[in-house]
Amino acid sequence: MLEERRFLAAVLIGPAVIFIAVLVGGPLLLAIYLSLTDATAGSLHGDFVGLRNFTEAWDSPIFRRALRNTILFTVVSQAIVLLVAGTLAHALAKPFRGRWFLRFLILLPWAAPIALGTIGFLWIFDSLFSVVNWTLVHDVLPGPLEFKPYKAVNWVFARPVLPDWLEIKPIDPVAPPQWLGQSTLAMAAIIFVHSWRIIPFATVIFLAGLSSIPAEVDDAAKVDGATGLKKFWYVTLPLQLPIATVALLFGIVFTATDMTVVYILTHGGPFNSTHMLTSWAFDTGINSAALGQGAAISLYLLPVLVLVAVLMLRFARRVEVS
Amino acid sequence: MAGLRRDVVAWLIVGPFAIVLAFPFYWMLVTALKTDADLYNVESIPYKFSSGSPTTNNFEFLFRDTEYGRWLVNTAIIGIAVVAITLVLAVPAGYALARLSGGVGQMLGIGIFLTYLVPPTLLFLPLSRVVSEIGLQDRLLALIVVYPSFTVPFSTWLLMGFFKTIPRELEDAALIDGASRLGALARVVFPISLPGILTVVIFSFSLVVNEFVYAITFISTSSHRTISAGVPTELIRGDVFFWGALMAAALIPSIPLALLYNLFLDRFIAGFTGGAFR
Repeated sequence: MLEERRFLAAVLIGPAVIFIAVLVGGPLLLAIYLSLTDATAGSLHGDFVGLRNFTEAWDSPIFRRALRNTILFTVVSQAIVLLVAGTLAHALAKPFRGRWFLRFLILLPWAAPIALGTIGFLWIFDSLFSVVNWTLVHDVLPGPLEFKPYKAVNWVFARPVLPDWLEIKPIDPVAPPQWLGQSTLAMAAIIFVHSWRIIPFATVIFLAGLSSIPAEVDDAAKVDGATGLKKFWYVTLPLQLPIATVALLFGIVFTATDMTVVYILTHGGPFNSTHMLTSWAFDTGINSAALGQGAAISLYLLPVLVLVAVLMLRFARRVEVS
Repeated sequence: MAGLRRDVVAWLIVGPFAIVLAFPFYWMLVTALKTDADLYNVESIPYKFSSGSPTTNNFEFLFRDTEYGRWLVNTAIIGIAVVAITLVLAVPAGYALARLSGGVGQMLGIGIFLTYLVPPTLLFLPLSRVVSEIGLQDRLLALIVVYPSFTVPFSTWLLMGFFKTIPRELEDAALIDGASRLGALARVVFPISLPGILTVVIFSFSLVVNEFVYAITFISTSSHRTISAGVPTELIRGDVFFWGALMAAALIPSIPLALLYNLFLDRFIAGFTGGAFR
């Protein structure tokens, strides 16, 4: 009986495991092999060159910029996502009139294919017909009162709150910002679009975490006199932490390894200033046909993935123990 | 009164975010309904229609003069094939992992889950070589073979969570009644887990529709594209943008997917949080 069950388990799991090993494990090993050779798009087999691809990639200023961008992109967009999704989940946790409608609107970015959503932003940030720019420089109030939003923006940013190296200037209504044509703004646009995309997912996960907190805990906190921030810090946050961590780890992987947004929105431009490791690997490996080089560039992502995997494993074990 | 105040506060907090998050779709719709004369006139107010708008011209152009319809069909073909492969591999694996007690099951489960973390951006270069080496370059079959590499780990994980919620006693009862283990599976377990399987179908399909990196790497002929790859590559030629048609193209697949997501959201959450982390 036990023998039969073991056999059955192997038959049921085997195909999936073999499939994954062939299509994920195999290519991963092949990527490592390719990164150590001078293979080009023409053939799979190149001469062994040791770590030359890695050192050459590292010496390229575009690579350094791409590495910096990837880190910045991941950290900033995850910070935005955590803050916004946390806020939204808390506001949406208790029922109120029209909640389903707001939830539907919030979920939209997650449901749409990201390549198509990003094309929407390509138009929203268009150099001539950007609706953002139009709204900034036109009077948006009906009637005789005049209010042009760019004046408010400039009033806030006219003070030297932003460091010079960001190269952000006050908005000129005659020559409004080129969102995708200036490197700082283009990076901000990429971060914005990606956050836009991930926030619904994170909100949903946080909502699930909140709803899994039993009502008794809430009541107990009330009896003990914990309210507002205090309750959030000592009761809600610790209970939310496991699920929030899983969501964050997922978010880090999806962000650091995403190529769609940057590829469609800026394609690394202007002047290769907004490349990520992924888009730079694509340009090198596919467009320039330097397969080995491209593989080496994308493998610089591996430490992040290994780190996340290790954290997930530890985390899973800890939850299991408690 | 307190109820009204709560409503207002919630709307004040969530409302602005909801507007920002949903605005691109509103903007796609407005743009898709405009004539070129209206779109590219600096004088016209972008929030209002003028110069012959609204019009359905962009939608007609999309289906008449581009291969958009073909891309929708390709995406559907690939989606259906990938979902079928995914179910064949992930349903048995998810079930067995849920029932395997002890360290081996746990480890295998987490191992399969971790492969979901290996992204296409790491694998597309070696896979592009393999694909052309075995003669699948530029064929839909290439995507059908490769896509299950991310739908299977994800689906196995979700299904494992669902199967764990089905009490073992149900199967045991069927076994005692004389059914074989597989018979018990087919007659008792699968009917109950149908909602879970449906969730996997929806989410695998949407992962396929979403995929971009493999789709632009493996496929180069326009008529073999999927929508996620076809719209950004074929409808944008050099500096010529068909903005009205592009926005229509972006909007059409988004609406049904959004409705499906909303229907299955709660099940998805249950699956996501109910895996081995519980």
